[in-house]
Amino acid sequence: MKNRAVPIFVVPFGALFIAFYLVPIGYAIVQSLYKVERSGTFGPVREVFGGLDQYQRVFQDGPFWASLGRVAAFGVVQVPVMLGVALILALLLDSGLVKGRRFFRLAFFVPYAIPGVIAAIMWGFLYSPNLSPLKPVTGAIDFLSADLVLWSMANVVTWVYVGYNMLIIYSALLAVPTEVYEAARMDGAGQFRIAWSIKIPLVLPAIVLTTVFSIIGTLQLLAEPQVFRSFSSAVTSTYTPNLTVYSTSSIPNFNLAAAFSVVLALTTFVLSFAFLRATQRRSAEQ
Amino acid sequence: MKSRVGVMAVMGLCTIYFLAPIWWLFVGATKNNDQFTGTAPMWFADFHLVDNIRELVTYRDGVFLRWMLNSIAYTGGAALLGTVLAAMCGYALAKYRFRGRELLFNIVLSGVLVPATALALPLFLIFSKAGAANTFWAVFLPSLVNPFGVYLARIYAAASVPEELLEAARIDGSGEVRTFFTVSSRLMFPALVTIFLFHFVAVWNNFLLPLIMLSDERLFPVTLGLYTWNTQVNQVPELRGLVIVGALLSITPLVVAFLLLQRFWRNGLGAGAVK
Repeated sequence: MKNRAVPIFVVPFGALFIAFYLVPIGYAIVQSLYKVERSGTFGPVREVFGGLDQYQRVFQDGPFWASLGRVAAFGVVQVPVMLGVALILALLLDSGLVKGRRFFRLAFFVPYAIPGVIAAIMWGFLYSPNLSPLKPVTGAIDFLSADLVLWSMANVVTWVYVGYNMLIIYSALLAVPTEVYEAARMDGAGQFRIAWSIKIPLVLPAIVLTTVFSIIGTLQLLAEPQVFRSFSSAVTSTYTPNLTVYSTSSIPNFNLAAAFSVVLALTTFVLSFAFLRATQRRSAEQ
Repeated sequence: MKSRVGVMAVMGLCTIYFLAPIWWLFVGATKNNDQFTGTAPMWFADFHLVDNIRELVTYRDGVFLRWMLNSIAYTGGAALLGTVLAAMCGYALAKYRFRGRELLFNIVLSGVLVPATALALPLFLIFSKAGAANTFWAVFLPSLVNPFGVYLARIYAAASVPEELLEAARIDGSGEVRTFFTVSSRLMFPALVTIFLFHFVAVWNNFLLPLIMLSDERLFPVTLGLYTWNTQVNQVPELRGLVIVGALLSITPLVVAFLLLQRFWRNGLGAGAVK
């Protein structure tokens, strides 16, 4: 009887989810199975079924795999650094050693309000050899060179997201009842010991959540490299997987771009799902 | 005592790292083009902020103001409506037992792991087929869908809406939908603000969708508009000043909103992460 209301609650979201999530995924898969054929040099163009032809091209596409390798290197370094800093700051805020907790919490969180595009534009100026307030540094080190530009972008992403991740972990710490620490303190455990043996294990679910979001975010890297193309010639049109999708679709070669999209989405899904599974299994064993 | 000094030093250094770029942007926005390159970057020269803003909002018939309004319409509208839709769906998943419930939840949850940017290209192809690619709706409608919001709403509804209260409402003869809007949604309100904020930031940051979808600059959100100006700085040097002032104006409303709504972030994020 009361379940009669369920469609009213579920259908509006469900319909949009189907139209703008499931249908596009299906459509991308269909598109990726087609190819464009031209009869003769100037003949008419038509779309024909190509099977897995586009995927064959994807797997032979050197720049695409190089870009995946690039974001993988980025993720392996940037994600642990960012989450490590976020965790340390959250533990420090929670340690009772900090005066003015409210201020610091806000100060660290503010960059999250700045969209990736704007943050990248700001840092692009800050890195530039002649406009930067850190001229002695940017004059000596070229942050926009081919060797460094990836890590310069890593700094932009870190700057935006540390405070956000810190807040997630800090919120989880606040949710832990203080009695849990009392006993350890009675036994003579120091701050460091309490943080390591009690607090970190308790906030592990929050850390897992932030890691998954960071993995997804890293594989999708787009705004920062796209903006940095104006600042540095080292950032090519295939610098990250998503840039490859974008530049392939502007050729335009929609079928190949769709295949890139599908491979990227699948990679992201499998990686984040595998990470979730692995961590869940570990916590189940404990 | 010694550890307190060390900790405060770390906090101070981090504050400089996080706030200095914003301070630099603010100072830069108060300078004219000569001063921007010729004076100390971290301190004021003559205060030209008002002139700069006037120049920005009148440049090319005030296209910047239009971008700002577009951003508010895309982001505010999509987040507001999207939060209501996600809340209703999550609420139903938490409070009703119906066939296909687990399946629905699992599909939506998988949606969280699908990167939104993977959808941008097929969405563009679909909207082009319908002849609607370069329109407001092409960016607005896909932005309404927020699977993570459904996930959060389910957790919050399960935690904050007691079963007895719903039973009492039923005995009083209140319909299910009315109960949701008059009773349950109030209990979920702090959580709904969190979902709204998450959704707001996600749409605000979505760059690929408008980049692929829109070619008419009068439909651009402010991020895309400033991005296109920034790509032209090398050819049109006076745009640099406009980009700086525009960047400052574009982040101000969001920073203020964040600071005002900060307690919702903390409470809501805690509930989402502890699960």
